Amino acid sequence: MGRMKFLCDAERCIECNGCVTACKNENEVPWGVNRRRVVTMNDGVPGERSLSVACMHCSDAPCMAVCPTNCFYKTEEGVVLHDKDMCIGCGYCFFACPFGAPQFPNGPAAFGDRGKMDKCTFCAGGPEETGSKEEFAKYGSNRLAEGKLPACAEMCSTKALLAGDSSTVSDIFRDRVLRRGKGLEAWGWMTAYGAEQKEGAQ
Amino acid sequence: MNAPRLMSMLAAAALLAGLSACSESPQVTTYEQGKYQGKADSQPWDSPVFKGDKAAWEHAMKQRARGQHEYNRIP
Ligand code: SF4
Ligand code: SF4
Repeated sequence: MGRMKFLCDAERCIECNGCVTACKNENEVPWGVNRRRVVTMNDGVPGERSLSVACMHCSDAPCMAVCPTNCFYKTEEGVVLHDKDMCIGCGYCFFACPFGAPQFPNGPAAFGDRGKMDKCTFCAGGPEETGSKEEFAKYGSNRLAEGKLPACAEMCSTKALLAGDSSTVSDIFRDRVLRRGKGLEAWGWMTAYGAEQKEGAQ
Repeated sequence: MNAPRLMSMLAAAALLAGLSACSESPQVTTYEQGKYQGKADSQPWDSPVFKGDKAAWEHAMKQRARGQHEYNRIP
């Protein structure tokens, strides 16, 4: 198994916010925190594009690099998780993250008052007993341990948001784009999707 | 040795001595690799559903991910 990744297809996202709602409901995310958000560029202008953004579970994660308490870890499947018991709410990860994924339940507050950092877990829970009440209360549900994908991607109405093993996800995306008659003209296409099907998304 | 020549040599030596204070010390920091300090987490296949069967878990995840490809679901 490679690395777990999200991919949002901007040609398909209709800004319905179904992923945001699914995530909120599945993980009972604290008030004021949105682990997933839909960002729209050129809102209201013809040709506007939307993207659903959460933690991207970076391969070389900046949040992990800056955390002074070293409370981040990366699972074997490439999911970036953290131990809330260790978090001191310093906010370094929030500044380091290019996607604004780490958020704080007490919002913008004085140092030490923000609460424990909360972010997308790829629906993989956290360092508590799998499926336990403590795990759910701190990190949300552990769908990965049930053989399911993150709720946001599974709930996406247009299947714009894909989740799963990176090679499977990029195979699906490559196939879609080629069916649209596009591909080569996109910047970076050959680097990201130019290779042959990695495993044949059957 | 005539006086002006001695003077210029002395001046050159003084200038060199002045420069010697401007040595360059390395200013690049060394980064330490952090190590996870928190509680250990269990693997997703060590769950009530998969009971430690990693291959079954990987198969299930793969099937689930491939199921997102609607072109493969419609005939
Ligand atoms: S929180 Fe931000 S920096 Fe850390 S893995 Fe997620 S996207 Fe990357
Ligand atoms: S807020 Fe918590 S998780 Fe983020 S860098 Fe500080 S201690 Fe680490």
